[in-house]
Amino acid sequence: MSDHHDEPESTGDEPSRTPVQMPTSASWSDPHLQPAARHPQFVERLIGFTFIVGLLSFCAFGAAYWQNWAPWALGLTLGAGMLFVGTGITAWGKYLMPRGPFVEERHVLQSSKQDVESFTNALVERGATPVKRRKVLGGMLGAGMGVFGIVAMFPLLRSLGPLPKNTLATTDWKAGSYLVDQLGNRISQYSLAVGSFATVFPEGWEDQDRGQAVDQTFLVHLEAEGPIAGMPAGRSTWTPAGYVAYSKLCTHAGCPVGLFERELGLLICPCHQSMFKLAEGAIPIFGPAPRPLPQLPLAIDADGYLYASAGYNQPVGPGYWERP
Amino acid sequence: MTARLGMRLPGRSKKEREPLGPYGRVGKAVEELDERLGIAKGGKTFLDKIFPDHWSFMLGEIALYTFVILLVTGVFLTLYYVPSSALTIYHGPYKPLDGQLVSQAFSSTMDLSFTVRAGLLMRQMHHWACDIFVGAIVLHMARVFFTGAFRKPRELNWTIGLTMLILAILNGFIGYSLPDDLISGTGIRIAYSILLSIPVVGSYLAFFLFGGNFPGTSIIPRFYVLHVLIIPAVLVGLLGAHLFLLVRQKHTQFPGPGKTERNVVGSPMYPVFMAKTTGFLFMISGVVALLGTFFQVNPIWQFGQYKASNISYAVQPDWYMGWLDGALRVMPAWEFVGWGHTIPFNVFVPAIIFPGIIFNICYAWPAIERRYTKDNLLHNLLDRPRDRPKRTAAGAAMLGLLSTLFVASATDVLANFFKISLNTVLVSMRVLTVIVPVIAYFLTYRICKELQAVPGAGKRKVVNVVAMTEGGEYTATPVAPPPELVDHELDAEPVPGLIGEDAPADAVAAAAAVGGRPGNVGTSSVRTVPR
Repeated sequence: MSDHHDEPESTGDEPSRTPVQMPTSASWSDPHLQPAARHPQFVERLIGFTFIVGLLSFCAFGAAYWQNWAPWALGLTLGAGMLFVGTGITAWGKYLMPRGPFVEERHVLQSSKQDVESFTNALVERGATPVKRRKVLGGMLGAGMGVFGIVAMFPLLRSLGPLPKNTLATTDWKAGSYLVDQLGNRISQYSLAVGSFATVFPEGWEDQDRGQAVDQTFLVHLEAEGPIAGMPAGRSTWTPAGYVAYSKLCTHAGCPVGLFERELGLLICPCHQSMFKLAEGAIPIFGPAPRPLPQLPLAIDADGYLYASAGYNQPVGPGYWERP
Repeated sequence: MTARLGMRLPGRSKKEREPLGPYGRVGKAVEELDERLGIAKGGKTFLDKIFPDHWSFMLGEIALYTFVILLVTGVFLTLYYVPSSALTIYHGPYKPLDGQLVSQAFSSTMDLSFTVRAGLLMRQMHHWACDIFVGAIVLHMARVFFTGAFRKPRELNWTIGLTMLILAILNGFIGYSLPDDLISGTGIRIAYSILLSIPVVGSYLAFFLFGGNFPGTSIIPRFYVLHVLIIPAVLVGLLGAHLFLLVRQKHTQFPGPGKTERNVVGSPMYPVFMAKTTGFLFMISGVVALLGTFFQVNPIWQFGQYKASNISYAVQPDWYMGWLDGALRVMPAWEFVGWGHTIPFNVFVPAIIFPGIIFNICYAWPAIERRYTKDNLLHNLLDRPRDRPKRTAAGAAMLGLLSTLFVASATDVLANFFKISLNTVLVSMRVLTVIVPVIAYFLTYRICKELQAVPGAGKRKVVNVVAMTEGGEYTATPVAPPPELVDHELDAEPVPGLIGEDAPADAVAAAAAVGGRPGNVGTSSVRTVPR
């Protein structure tokens, strides 16, 4: 260390009083005052202790793994071993190794003007010769590469999946599809008490991926008698016996709209909190959803079972470019 | 040559071999290696490489080492995880789900958690390491930004680092989607809708990625190959480039005595930095192991198998996806419908356009700043954030915006917790999203300006020892702080002399006489910067 530290630091912020030299050596830089230098054996012993504890922890981890102890025993022994060994190594580096500070010069990364000149020259002149002389060849090579690039897209991209065609716009609900629950049981008009709900599917699709993902429909027994006041015009026959059915796919990001707020008559999407008013055609009254949930027109057969009198009259779920 | 061969003739006892030099077996090994590979010269430079000491420089190390943990624990997980949507009946020690129809992905993750020895620990460590990994990258990036370490000549490394952040976020999302549980499945559903929202090509992209309509059976195996092979391979390559550039361009450092644009002051690679950084790797591993042991993360057995018609309440994505989820929530319900087409701005803008703008601003920032300041010089000394108030304020505004959106991803939880209406929370978040960045900008700008005006603000205070003289008068003596606190403020010493032996005085003189190659004994090229 230089003499610099034996003197009080001469910075801009001088103390208000005139400094008076203390008779004793009170400098912090006195090596005798540095704990590690004052007690090197102690530091060594401390580091040795962390290594031994770490070693024992690793042994315990081995035992825990061998004996198949609880996961917390595995984690505790592994974590403790790592922490102790790590602390020991770090302390070793910090207290018992020459820390410096040392200085290293930076080399200028930039090349000399000549080197740059000769490199650029080779790049431009030597590289340009073939192209200048054989422009047609170069063009043909370029064209070939381009076609290869486009053609390569076919196996790489096109075969990844089918074209969407019309599958996003349609569901498997048809006129006459019976409403069934997850297990395939038909829903009768006496199945649900007023105020209760169920997730329903078109019969035969309840255990299909597409049935689960696209056809899922929210059925709620909203009132004791139909039709329900407040429904959009033209839908008075869609809600027999007070049953209402909407697509369960949120028109925002396609999550199942699964939260039924009975007192407020709202259907809430748990993902981004869009709220749909059940009694008014599921119009969105709050949140990021832009459109009402499509409604499934219902009917009741002679035995009291609910079925769809028609499919959805518009695509279900979130918006996309081809959606009319 | 013949002499050497002669030494190796059979029949001679081992004791008669060429005696080892003063450096013993190590010296012999170095010699043998150097004859074949020429390692000595470059190796010495490598051992002498200087790393400046500052706590903020360890943020990148945290990212590096959590990535190592991710690779190790990840390899363990691949040995047991089955990337398949094929259905199977779960049988295992977790009784509530026993006998249920689940996918093989879910079933194998359950087995990993309950049957495979140390499987749960590895799963939890992997998830925790990922959360810390992304967090460390973000903090490291903030450090680089606020201190101006991205400036020329390091723009390329900024770009590489930012790309790694994006890949880390992407791979985190894909990774926590792999167990096929109810919560992550909902996340994939939203991702599908986000792809659908892209005008013109959206439905094609979604169909190509998922192999058809949602959910299909292709997405789990495809996510798997992305998660364990493609993205990690790119990340490893970029990481290598990141570290290569770091070594080539050398580390930045904060200004201080002895520190200039043309040198690096700190601890040498060997042994100090190696010891400290290895110790740090172990400590981080220990912390991750303990987090994985005592803090549950992603308990898929509580969520259950993903089923497209099921949904859970009050679920948030992993933290690094929070800002995107928050953006989806605060966006108004705008959708364009016309000419037979639909553009769902309510999804397209927050989920595609917005992150695109954010990341592109980050990519472009070094160029923006260079253009604005017309500063085309090479910079190796770091800025103090207060000295660049506009940059610091811009960074604060960005962090303010992202933090607000992060909070907005918990609107439902906040409404429940504070017993206020969800509508109030959402409307407040919409307002805050606009005003917080503005307030953060001007507040930060003001604070920077104030700090600039206060002389010595933020500098280490000088310790005064107060003593009473015999005459009863008090004196105050300023005392330098302890060296272990200020080593980066000390005068620098040249590298080698310290390691092992003191440089003899004549060697110093000789080195000085021949102009002293940088790093040689006793170079007196240390420039002192007046404070």
